[in-house]
Amino acid sequence: IFILFLVLKRLPDRVKIVEVGPRDGLQNEKTIVPAETKIRLIDMLSDSGLSVIEATSFVSPKWVPQMADQMEVMKGIRRKPGVSYPVLTPNLKGFQAAVEAGASEVAIFGAASELFSKKNINCSVEESLQRFEQVMVAAKAAGVPVRGYVSCVLGCPYEGKVAPAKVAKVAKRLYSMGCYEISLGDTIGVGTPGGMSEMLEAVSKVVPVGALAVHCHDTYGQALANILVALQMGVSVVDSSVGGLGGCPYAQGASGNVATEDVVYMLHGLGIQTGVDLPKLMDAGAFICHSLNRRTSSKVSQATHCKL
Amino acid sequence: MELAMLLQWPRRDKHLGAHEYPEFVKIVEVGPRDGLQNEKEIVPTEVKVQLIDRLSDTGLSVIEATSFVSSKWVPQMADHTEVLQGIRKSPNVRYPVLTPNMHGFQNALAAGATEVAVFGSASETFSRKNINCSIDESMLRFEEVLNAAKDQQIPVRGYVSCALGCPHEGPIDPSKVTEVAKRLYEMGCYEVSLGDTVGVGTPGSMAAMLRSVTREVPCRALAVHCHDTYGQALANILTALQMGVCVVDSAVAGLGGCPYAQGSSGNVSTEDVLYMLHGMGIQTGVDLSKMIAVGDFICHSLNRKTNSRVAQARGSQL
Repeated sequence: IFILFLVLKRLPDRVKIVEVGPRDGLQNEKTIVPAETKIRLIDMLSDSGLSVIEATSFVSPKWVPQMADQMEVMKGIRRKPGVSYPVLTPNLKGFQAAVEAGASEVAIFGAASELFSKKNINCSVEESLQRFEQVMVAAKAAGVPVRGYVSCVLGCPYEGKVAPAKVAKVAKRLYSMGCYEISLGDTIGVGTPGGMSEMLEAVSKVVPVGALAVHCHDTYGQALANILVALQMGVSVVDSSVGGLGGCPYAQGASGNVATEDVVYMLHGLGIQTGVDLPKLMDAGAFICHSLNRRTSSKVSQATHCKL
Repeated sequence: MELAMLLQWPRRDKHLGAHEYPEFVKIVEVGPRDGLQNEKEIVPTEVKVQLIDRLSDTGLSVIEATSFVSSKWVPQMADHTEVLQGIRKSPNVRYPVLTPNMHGFQNALAAGATEVAVFGSASETFSRKNINCSIDESMLRFEEVLNAAKDQQIPVRGYVSCALGCPHEGPIDPSKVTEVAKRLYEMGCYEVSLGDTVGVGTPGSMAAMLRSVTREVPCRALAVHCHDTYGQALANILTALQMGVCVVDSAVAGLGGCPYAQGSSGNVSTEDVLYMLHGMGIQTGVDLSKMIAVGDFICHSLNRKTNSRVAQARGSQL
């Protein structure tokens, strides 16, 4: 009975899903999708019960062509009351453009790996944090909440292993700067439940667990197991992507984001509430996969649509 | 191999976070039987033999080789005798075969089998539709097999299908799973493998089912056989490990679709299970790189893509 207690009792009653398909998902899809399709996707997601949908990214279209239509998307979506539509803002310029486009929540992206930071955003971790401080100041003045991301929390494509202490350091900085929530990302999906526990143990010493989220990639099929362990450690916010959109830029042909449908299936099976209507979510997934002319990466969708 | 040895390898636990995990997990590779059985294309005997021989070199200690069922029902397994007689039997590996009844058991023995398995169900409807008889009737058949096996000192593994749900009945009461598992164990099966046949289970239903079964069957005699049809397999396996189970069934490359959901995946892939276990510092004795290579071989022979995410990622490294 004690073991059952350990496995089940510590789970949260409610988990907030942060849907990153329209941003993290589409950003990693090869096919450029028209603004109209992105808007329709976000509108369908808004109707599925999700409370947070990451809509787009205010980065330079030179770097991320998929997000070039950021203004159009932001202005074109139907803003459902009670749903928040955060957007990525890598620097002050992006932040200002986002606010101009009507954004009422933003997100900033740090890394736990020096090499990844240099290769991905062309500056050191410290330099990136200083850029973010500028964004935080402006955001506070404008009353705009900011979410912080830490990438490579369980491994880096360049550095390999990443020390939990490093993750904790970056997470703490972002939190102290004023981010209301820190999403810890297993960017290349290499993590396993042991690494996840170790990392969370280190981070939750410096950031309250209620302010933590996990962003697991399913490149090695480990995402749901890692998410389960995170839930057992008190985390109650999970990032995922409808249809498992978004491959892995570091392993061609491999999968990337964990599929929202599969996460919701697990959570509902555990009796955990999410507010999400799974069939409506699957409809949104079917729509975007059709538009991208690709198969869904969600096993739940595959199984459900194949019923004999 | 002594029956006693099968039951008593040392069990030490390791701590990760708040949970205890076994230090060693035994993988039961079911690709050549459960995997191939659910593949549409009939695989030539030569390929099956090669598959098993390659698996024998990966460090696995148990490889389910074939099934002595009537070829009328399972055409893929029609070559059971040739396969069993054709494989190179590695000294550190066991090659159990399925035997649904006395007839199958006798054929298996004649073909050189030294371990067998029997397949019960926790769902009446599934039992009737799948093997044309009630659970009770199937148990009587198995008792015959168990008695004959005892005489010949052949170890027998028991399977319980639909442990977390049935394609016909829906949710299955844990007490029913316990009833069947207990019967198989008391009849003399040295191990009982609990199968989530349609992959519908989640950590909650896994934990509840195991809590019920472990009241009647010791944990060390249990295995989990998770299907990944809804992507839940690794999370379910993790839950089982947290509850003290240390034997996991899986299929190389995730061979074998789901006969109840055309086009969906079936068995969890051995590579993905190994990746998780090794990542957690849990030993298995199996070499992951060799397993990936075997997966490549069989997928190439079957002209299909692997279901293993690890193989996909490794195979596509930039």
